[in-house]
Amino acid sequence: MDRKEEVILEVNHLTIEFHDHDTPERVVDDVNFVLHKQEILGIVGESGSGKSMSALAIAGLLKRHALSLSGEILFDGTDLLTCDRERLRSYQGDEISMIFQEPMTSLNPLQRIGHQMEECLRIHHKEMTKKERYDRAIRTMTAVGLDDAEKLYRMYPHELSGGMRQRVMIGAATIARPKILIADEPTTALDVTIQAQIIALLRKVNVKRETAILFISHDLSLVRQLCHKVIVMQKGRIVESGITEEVFEHPEQPYTQALIEAIPKVEL
Amino acid sequence: MSGKTNTELNGIWKMHAPLEGEVLRATNLNVFYRDRAKLLFKQNALKQVLYDVNFHIKEGEILGLCGESGCGKSTLSKTATGIIKDFTGELLLKHGQPQMVFQDPYSSLNPSKKIGWLLEEPLKVDRKKQWTGEERRARVREIIAQVELDEHLLERYPDELSGGQRQRVSIAAAIMRRTKLLIADEPVSALDVTIQAQVLKLLDDLHRNLGLSILFISHDLRVVYQICDRVMIMQKGRIVEQGTVDEVYRNPQQEYTKQLLRAANL
Ligand SMILES: Nc1ncnc2c1ncn2[C@@H]1O[C@H](COP(=O)(O)OP(=O)(O)OP(=O)(O)O)[C@@H](O)[C@H]1O
Ligand SMILES: Nc1ncnc2c1ncn2[C@@H]1O[C@H](COP(=O)(O)OP(=O)(O)OP(=O)(O)O)[C@@H](O)[C@H]1O
Ligand SMILES: [Mg+2]
Ligand SMILES: [Mg+2]
Repeated sequence: MDRKEEVILEVNHLTIEFHDHDTPERVVDDVNFVLHKQEILGIVGESGSGKSMSALAIAGLLKRHALSLSGEILFDGTDLLTCDRERLRSYQGDEISMIFQEPMTSLNPLQRIGHQMEECLRIHHKEMTKKERYDRAIRTMTAVGLDDAEKLYRMYPHELSGGMRQRVMIGAATIARPKILIADEPTTALDVTIQAQIIALLRKVNVKRETAILFISHDLSLVRQLCHKVIVMQKGRIVESGITEEVFEHPEQPYTQALIEAIPKVEL
Repeated sequence: MSGKTNTELNGIWKMHAPLEGEVLRATNLNVFYRDRAKLLFKQNALKQVLYDVNFHIKEGEILGLCGESGCGKSTLSKTATGIIKDFTGELLLKHGQPQMVFQDPYSSLNPSKKIGWLLEEPLKVDRKKQWTGEERRARVREIIAQVELDEHLLERYPDELSGGQRQRVSIAAAIMRRTKLLIADEPVSALDVTIQAQVLKLLDDLHRNLGLSILFISHDLRVVYQICDRVMIMQKGRIVEQGTVDEVYRNPQQEYTKQLLRAANL
């Protein structure tokens, strides 16, 4: 594959500690990696190992009280951990966009689906007309496998099934064509057919729009299909990383081996 | 109170019903959602989501429910637990209200209470047994060890946990209630395979040792094959096929079932 080896995101010594309990808790410990332009990087690791925390830090979404953040997150030469709020906000959702692990917590229960789909366009693409936004929203919803988009556009989150909400989130995160997309367990509530559709969509976004993707998942077979490189996390640290096929063929850490072995097999 | 009737739609949802060898029996369920905005202008603002659903759960079995996103699985589970009241037909439960593990764990855990409190609470209101504080805490420690959660998480609030940790807390909370029927809506979807295996084993043990019956909703046909005795396939609000997992997986009758199995490489 002919990918430009241009670095788009560089994470150096990222460390996150919570201080709201008696003993400070380090949930992300000296994490280092680079994401190249147009690369899909997988993050796998056991539950509680710090995947979502790292993702939230990169998206600039960690509440800064009660925790301490150190290290650097360089995007376009700017350190997202220290830059001013205005600058950060101008990236959020537009240049860097995130799909959250639990869709219900990130959709606003009081606003219609269509409004939330277009959120990012309203903030960052003021040049677009209402009609253009609407058309783009409908097209994006169809692309993530939501049939009957015109009807869903007018509905509220609680009127959708779990999997439909998850797809709305994916649509809202990709609608503005970000440079980096962070997808935290984007397909957990989806059946295989729609999962395949989402994977195809992410691939298309990655190739056609040159979006780099940070793909967090506990589903190793998905990671293997989609990601160029992979990072394995355990207890806040990166314990293994490399080209996906190499890691899968020759896992070095016992944890990685256990994960690969535990992929359920069904003999009929 | 042992029974309740919805006057408008005449659906019957009844606990402590005299069932033989079954813990749940649903007959001709038709389930609707109301559009409250439309209701102001029109009388007939009902949207039907489930059509003529008939099924039962045998005592001590794990029944799987599969089908594509949006087909009505969560709606069926919420009708069974009595949360959705707009339906016609009959839903009989042998015991009390079933416990439920919700698809979205975040919204089902009270954000203002610590995990330890949330898990102990059901024991405080246990009508069968007076638990001392020490007994309650011992029981909580026992259950969280089984879902592989660390004890120090008991001091946390729900928003201080990872997604997979929250999912395991909601499973533990449902189990604490010593229920006879558990309805689990995608209970292991956020867990990696190693922990998934552990949680599935826990559910399987509970079902063997305590005779717990489970309605197990999952989009993962492999997991369903591993854990369930029988399986129902739902499509657009209708149950199109049901049988033992071996029957359905080896010899699917419906084109839709074949499609699902093919998509899962089975
Ligand atoms: N407010 C908080 N205070 C203390 N610890 C916290 C807080 N929020 C999260 N944590 C802890 O940080 C660790 C990392 O959490 P994170 O959400 O990054 O895990 P994860 O790798 O995404 O796991 P999962 O696969 O379960 O989603 C967890 O052990 C979690 O309990
Ligand atoms: N409160 C509601 N009001 C109106 N329609 C609703 C409501 N809740 C669900 N629906 C609709 O009912 C249908 C079935 O939804 P349900 O949540 O039961 O699906 P599901 O099979 O659980 O899907 P998933 O696998 O995505 O969770 C969907 O079309 C959904 O839009
Ligand atoms: Mg997470
Ligand atoms: Mg559902």
